[in-house]
Amino acid sequence: MIENLSIFPILGQAIVAVILLFFWRRPKWQRILSIFGSSVNLFIAAALFYFIYEHGTQTTQLGNWEAPFGITMVADLLAVSLVLLTNIVGFVLSIYSNANMVSARVKFGYYAMFHFLIMGLSGAFLTGDIFNMYVWFEVIIISSFVLLTIGGRKIQIEGAVKYFTLNMLSSIVFLTGIAMLYGVTGTLNMAELGRVIPTIENTGIVDTISLIFFIGFGVKAGVFPLYFWLPASYHTPPAAVSALFGGLLTKVGVYAMIRTFTLIFPLSEMNQIILAVIAIFTIFFGGIGALVQKDVLRVFSYLIICHIGFMVGGLSLFTEVALVGAVFYMFHDIIVKTTLFMMGGVFFRIFGNTKLYNMGGLMNNYPRLSLLFAIPLFALVGIPPLSGFWPKISLFGASYETGNIIMLVSFIFASLITLIIIAKVWNDTFAKKELETAKLKQLKYFDQFDRREKTAMILPIALLIGVTLYYSFFSEHIQIVAERIGHDLMHPETYIKAVFPSKN
Amino acid sequence: MTGILYAAGIYLILRRSLVKLIIGIVVLGNGVNLLIFLMGGLVKGQPPIIPKDSHHIEGIFADPVPQALILTAIVISFGLQSFAIVLIKRAYKVLQTDDIDAMNKTDDIE
Repeated sequence: MIENLSIFPILGQAIVAVILLFFWRRPKWQRILSIFGSSVNLFIAAALFYFIYEHGTQTTQLGNWEAPFGITMVADLLAVSLVLLTNIVGFVLSIYSNANMVSARVKFGYYAMFHFLIMGLSGAFLTGDIFNMYVWFEVIIISSFVLLTIGGRKIQIEGAVKYFTLNMLSSIVFLTGIAMLYGVTGTLNMAELGRVIPTIENTGIVDTISLIFFIGFGVKAGVFPLYFWLPASYHTPPAAVSALFGGLLTKVGVYAMIRTFTLIFPLSEMNQIILAVIAIFTIFFGGIGALVQKDVLRVFSYLIICHIGFMVGGLSLFTEVALVGAVFYMFHDIIVKTTLFMMGGVFFRIFGNTKLYNMGGLMNNYPRLSLLFAIPLFALVGIPPLSGFWPKISLFGASYETGNIIMLVSFIFASLITLIIIAKVWNDTFAKKELETAKLKQLKYFDQFDRREKTAMILPIALLIGVTLYYSFFSEHIQIVAERIGHDLMHPETYIKAVFPSKN
Repeated sequence: MTGILYAAGIYLILRRSLVKLIIGIVVLGNGVNLLIFLMGGLVKGQPPIIPKDSHHIEGIFADPVPQALILTAIVISFGLQSFAIVLIKRAYKVLQTDDIDAMNKTDDIE
């Protein structure tokens, strides 16, 4: 029982998804079952997190094949925290989908795919085998393709073509990296790789392979020259889907980067510089891109890219403090970005579209809602004491300590430009006078919703804002977790020891 | 051979036609599979089965891991490619074009 603990989150989602497939034509049942299944899975993930927090890293050898011969699932603190956050997001989004998803889309298997996607995410976080990670990535992308195209509007299909091509390409690059890694080391177990790689004398080839991996993960994460698919596709699907994508999909890429570059290829000096340069460019291009956009969802998409720069930058500094900052920032970003895209869905229901120049008057018409929405926007900027502020202390401190002044300047630049963008969004949507726009007939507007639908739309946002506030006012809890993760990441021996208990 | 497949695949992806894009991805995928196969080392040897009366294999044997990896990769890429073909058919129907340069509506700053 205990030794199989780390596969429970994956198994739980798989069971929910399969059960949902039996209710293919019954949207109402699917909605209820999805919320129920998500809450059970949230409970499982929370229990797993608590267990790992108390007892340290657990491993499961699938099929009882000893590592490094079988596939190992490794539940360390970083992985289970991310699984917990994934499940929180999954839970609130399965409530949110009630108002956001029309039954026609549910009939094409929206909920089943939704749970398969979360299963893939949990799997990618928990696996301890690099090829298995590739397989989970494929699970993620195939379900995300379906979610992206479900409904089949013109703009969705167009976004999907771009999304599909670049994600396929990144998988191929990733697989190339795996092939070469296997050729050099003869193993695919991540802990075993962490032991074998330092003994290889030809560091040139190791660096090359690590950069191939970086390209593969970089496309997923959306770093500077490889991010163009992201703003082209994230605003096209319904809000619940883009909230799921915006919160979690890029973070898998960042997670994979953090994992490989601490455990398998500890960053060499050259790679550190490459990562730092890319992080800085990502911050600049994301920020400036967000500044010129006129669609609020596209603004948020570019902000994702800008803030990916924070995490990659934190990784590139490669000290314990920086990694603590990067990990904390990732936790904060998952929650806040999901909230933002969910808010985008509410804007769409209120105004009929998401163009900044068509919005206005939210503060007069919905004062309580505006107050609620102000919290994630300020948290994103990092106004103390809200959650964005705390990881930035570590990140700024680490970049100052390592003497990387350019990184420090670009972090400050990113915070500033985020502030400007948020001020602009605030001005256009909340503060500006309401505009007279022709209402679309076929769309059900927010003020036509009944009480149940309104609750389904606002409650999940409020829940996530509750999580943000928890981050803000109890940040020492998160900081403790992040510090333990940072320590583990800088000392991969603990990870390796957990996978091979007998050999050390 | 792998190099040729990679080069051809990337060239096809850079073309403007949707169909060529998909073919390019397929070709690249095959290139990767071949690369994994090569990385296992091509040897003329016995199957990797340990005889009953000993604990390890004597002599040269074929590495089974890359073959298992390729099998997985082929199955996955098969699923994705069939999805891709449906997607481009749909895209052609909805957008009335197969020219990738004409697909710039999602990038408009409007």
